[in-house]
Amino acid sequence: MLTVEGLRSRYGRIEVLHGLDLEVSSGEIVTVVGANGAGKTTLLKCLSGIQPVSDGSIVFRGESFASVPAHKRLKRGLAQSPEGRQIFTNLSVEENLRLGAFLFTDERVERDMADAFAMFPILKEKRNLAAGGLSGGQQQMLAIARALMGRPHCLLLDEPSMGLAPLLVAQIFEVVKSLKQRDVTVLLVEQNAYGALKIADRGYVMETGRITMTGPAPELIADPRIREAYLGL
Amino acid sequence: MDALLQFLFSGLTVGAVYALVALGFTIIYNASDVVNFAQGEFVMLGGMITVFAFEAGLPLPLAALLAILATSAIGVGLNKLAIEPARGAPVVSLIIITIGASIVIRGATQLIFDKQLHRFPSFSGDDPIHVLGATILPQSLWVIGGALAVFVGLWVFFTRTLTGKAVLATANNRVAAQLVGINTGWVMTLSFGLSAAIGAFAGVLVTPITLVGYDVGVALALKGFAAAMLGGMGNPKGALVGGLLLGCFEALTAGYLSSQYKEAVAFIVILGVLFVMPQGLFGRKSTERV
Repeated sequence: MLTVEGLRSRYGRIEVLHGLDLEVSSGEIVTVVGANGAGKTTLLKCLSGIQPVSDGSIVFRGESFASVPAHKRLKRGLAQSPEGRQIFTNLSVEENLRLGAFLFTDERVERDMADAFAMFPILKEKRNLAAGGLSGGQQQMLAIARALMGRPHCLLLDEPSMGLAPLLVAQIFEVVKSLKQRDVTVLLVEQNAYGALKIADRGYVMETGRITMTGPAPELIADPRIREAYLGL
Repeated sequence: MDALLQFLFSGLTVGAVYALVALGFTIIYNASDVVNFAQGEFVMLGGMITVFAFEAGLPLPLAALLAILATSAIGVGLNKLAIEPARGAPVVSLIIITIGASIVIRGATQLIFDKQLHRFPSFSGDDPIHVLGATILPQSLWVIGGALAVFVGLWVFFTRTLTGKAVLATANNRVAAQLVGINTGWVMTLSFGLSAAIGAFAGVLVTPITLVGYDVGVALALKGFAAAMLGGMGNPKGALVGGLLLGCFEALTAGYLSSQYKEAVAFIVILGVLFVMPQGLFGRKSTERV
């Protein structure tokens, strides 16, 4: 579904991604774990087109993304729930969801919205409130729900557990896991390596702009180096 | 009593023009947080182009349409040539660019057309209508009706259409707007085109009453800005109410105090709003969790 080869990206003169290879197959949950500043968010920004790529290739469902601008990537089936949630704070919860389906005007929009409310009942309760007034966890739910409204084949999730209470983190990870049943492929970027690897099929470990390890998620959880460096075990 | 009604009629007429300018501010502000100080020039262009197209022999409705379309194109050009290349610059810099653009437009108008005052005939004649002892010009009804129509149109656009919400979303969070598939460059083009068209429409309506010359835009931009501040920046309802109120304040000041103080009213309103309620009458208090 998604193939990344030799991806490089820079902020000004500082290169932060030094030639990255990554592969996500249809139906998988793949996670990229790594410490703060490893370049995980930059990787996702390159994939969604809001950060320029200086070298390498991104191929999504057989099409090169080199000349596809950010606002056209959702139409191709790639959605992102960005870091820091990035919801439309001035607009209501319902308007946020509706805008998630900006590309669509058919009757499925209503159904998808009902699905989103079924997945996160608290959003239904607060549907008419300004999204900026939601709690952090609710905003995260809204960001995920909004991304799903765009009917993606593949969802990029950036740090969905960041800043949330442990109970909410578990709930969010459950939702991510359930996306498999909805035929949504997931690329999950997380600092919470243990939580992410537990629900993922495969994982990549990222350090200072490079992939340093990769393998099936259960193997990575069992690997002593990872246990020490990322899981604190 | 008759005098009061008379003052209010003229206040509502002028106020409707301020409201139209303020409504033009609303769109661009909603899309980009930029206060476009060239908005007054759009009003001037609407009047000037209509005058010259009319004098060249076009029927008035066609001349007006041409003026609105041409001004709209100039608005799009302003965005493409001056605002878009400066994307990422702080909002204050963008506002200063719009002030520069207004000077350029004024200068070019002076060169291409002339420095005289002009007018064209009123749409429905110049016979005043008598209401309860006061009189109102038919053209005033056109201006007030035009402001109401634009207000209703914009209100529906921002609250009931997906495109209108896309404009609000772009202003609120440009990156997130792109991620849901909104072409934010196109939203900016649309906003500038629409604002300029509304400005030109105001110019067409008001020229038979106030006349038009290359330099009428500056005062209109300031008054429209005061109206938008009073009503609450970014809110169409605020723009309408703010404009009408400001027009009435001015007319009452001119009528009961002295017309010399009239021009000061807008500035007193701006100061008053900033001191007492910076969000304006209908502005949303921003609440955000971090």
